[in-house]
Amino acid sequence: MHFAFTEEQEELRRSARRLLETASSTREVRRAMATQRGYDENLWTRLGQELGFTSLAIPEVYGGAGLGFVELAAVMEEMGRALLCSPFFATVCLASSALLEGGTDEQKRELLPDIAAGRKTATLASTPPSGRWDAPGAAVTYRAHDGGYELSGTSSFVIDGHSADILLVVARRAAPADGDPSLFVVPAEAVGLERRLLPTMDMTRKQAEIVLRQVHLPSSARLGLSGSGDRTLARTLDRAKVALAAEQVGGAQRCLDMSVDYAKTRVQFGRPIGSFQAIKHKLADMFVLVESARSASYYAAWVAAHNEEELPAAAALAKAYCSDAYFHVAAECIQIHGGVGFTWEHDAHLFFKRAKSSETLFGDAAFHRAVVARQMGL
Amino acid sequence: MDLRFSPEEESFRREVRACLEAQLRGEFAELVGRGGPGDEHEFFERRVAWERMLGQAGWACMGWPKAYGGRGASLTEQVIFYEEYARARAPGRLGHIGEGLLGPTLIAFGSEAQRRRFLPPIVRCEELWCQGYSEPNAGSDLANVQTRAELVSGEWVITGQKIWTSLAARADWCFALCRTDAALPKHKGLSYLLVPMRQKGIVVRPISQMNGGSEFSEVFFDGARTPEENVVGEVNGGWRVAMGTLAFERGASTLGQQFSFQNELDQIIAVAKQNGAAQDPVLRDRLARARIGLTVMRLNALRTLSLMQDGELRREAMIAKIHWATWHRDLGKLAMDVLGAASEIGDSEPYGLTSLQRMFLFSRADTIYAGSNQIQRNIIAERALGLPPEPRSGKGGG
Repeated sequence: MHFAFTEEQEELRRSARRLLETASSTREVRRAMATQRGYDENLWTRLGQELGFTSLAIPEVYGGAGLGFVELAAVMEEMGRALLCSPFFATVCLASSALLEGGTDEQKRELLPDIAAGRKTATLASTPPSGRWDAPGAAVTYRAHDGGYELSGTSSFVIDGHSADILLVVARRAAPADGDPSLFVVPAEAVGLERRLLPTMDMTRKQAEIVLRQVHLPSSARLGLSGSGDRTLARTLDRAKVALAAEQVGGAQRCLDMSVDYAKTRVQFGRPIGSFQAIKHKLADMFVLVESARSASYYAAWVAAHNEEELPAAAALAKAYCSDAYFHVAAECIQIHGGVGFTWEHDAHLFFKRAKSSETLFGDAAFHRAVVARQMGL
Repeated sequence: MDLRFSPEEESFRREVRACLEAQLRGEFAELVGRGGPGDEHEFFERRVAWERMLGQAGWACMGWPKAYGGRGASLTEQVIFYEEYARARAPGRLGHIGEGLLGPTLIAFGSEAQRRRFLPPIVRCEELWCQGYSEPNAGSDLANVQTRAELVSGEWVITGQKIWTSLAARADWCFALCRTDAALPKHKGLSYLLVPMRQKGIVVRPISQMNGGSEFSEVFFDGARTPEENVVGEVNGGWRVAMGTLAFERGASTLGQQFSFQNELDQIIAVAKQNGAAQDPVLRDRLARARIGLTVMRLNALRTLSLMQDGELRREAMIAKIHWATWHRDLGKLAMDVLGAASEIGDSEPYGLTSLQRMFLFSRADTIYAGSNQIQRNIIAERALGLPPEPRSGKGGG
């Protein structure tokens, strides 16, 4: 047993940090977040084609590097630290993950090589407009049509849904009504598909509303076997939460670092404010939270890679803990910076907003503690 | 990163489990689940026997080198042992001060002769230890120790008072921080002495605590003696040694105590299911939070130990004390809230409390002893994060 990254994993992390420190400086983040697309296409190409990040967890037979989830988590942590604006999470941690989990061999061969090579972006459209995380696909229905399927309805809060080349849409059978969700591969250019960019408070991660009006799909568009959608979705979302937890740890660490640096240099009453216990104790609590979140996140990443059975428990634990930790640390970062932390010019609000949006996404801490309570038999 | 156990490790686990189960079914059945926080004086003689059995079977001080009576166990083996110890609901340990604090200190700072003299009796539970650090005027400001030790014809002669000493009435030895040169600055005139407790220069007076028990004592030294060679590290170099001990206290030894936390949480969950508290959404949330906190505590410990295996004590180790202490204090409150009306009712007159009531009250001490939460935050801020120290007064000697 050894609960630490290997040298190879550390090297991967270092290469991510080296690139992102400049390519995703907060100046670049601000530039990207102000665009409608929401990310820098050149950087996306580099991430995929030069560094191979998009192919990390995809098996070699589908054009990937055949590494595991721990490597993916290490990269996500660095992306969170750099507040990267990118369709990486949607493409790799949602869509590619769902394809790997539930796709047929044919679907994987058709779609994964393009994702692995960074040629195509993708996402998962699962959340209904009500925002209920526990009712994926509740507002989209499918019916048999002409040897294939016809999809109608609305999916919202779709990460990078406005720009993705491929959408994996979760739908439920219209008649006879069927509670089990199924996933469908919907190309962005499908007739009857309407996408609307939603104005998000966290500008660094875009969301869209997807409206489907009698979108016709071939039978091969349905992911995997009938009846397997529930499991595919559950496992995909659990892995996505583990990836988000890693991203949250990276962001929280950055907020802590910013706050410590500021506390050492900002002088009031003739002393650096970091010499006052009022500030020191806040920073110490932030350190405890960040290190604990790191433990939770690394554990969950290892489980996602190696232990199918423990995944639901590990994902709920990591998402609950890291969501709270990131929000708290990002909020304290503003408080410690005082007035300047409240300005648009200062970067604190960028992290604070990402902390809030990632806390909410796929269920907040209380939502996941309720999951843990059920797992405890309560 | 690998959180799996190898076939050899799994076979080691079966061996531990079989041994603990056999002992706790047979000779030591009455000790199952006993000796937790606030319950530390229960079944004392039986628990000494239990500790001796552990020592003989090679389950005590497992990580120590074989030369000193340990088994040179790997980190993973220790983890497995603690997990199985928890699963078996084996009793709270008595020798933890010797095993967790003095032993590692002697291995790091002691002389070879000291290690050979003092370590094996700890393994065999033939000598129990207590810690002589705090004094009435040296709590958080530990370097303000006033207890004096003077060298008189080859012996240290000790005069002063220690307080908040766990197990003082039972201990055979005390490791005490004493002022050996009052002329030197506060942190510089201290020495780390090993003092036999059973002598006429020492009087132990138990402290009556808010939980009705007396886990802690005052210890009065009035011309108590110990041979000159019983100083650990340099004379007047005791501060560094004492800080080393505190680092052990705040670091690796926390894995061992998680067994009782797990059992307490399980007990509270059982109550919640039985009395309907589990239906209350707020209590459900707090129970889940407790479970998550305990798991994270274990993960922190495993990660810290893995990092320590790779090198020295890392800054990550500094979070252990404040994390477990705060978690445990919250658990005490949660236990009472889950019990509801029944939380007020004890076991018997006079003031015989239930184990959860004892835990609730005793847990208020957790965030105070061994470095209060406030001191922990200072340590983290200054040593882990490199923040400037608080301006301090009283830089002079003693």
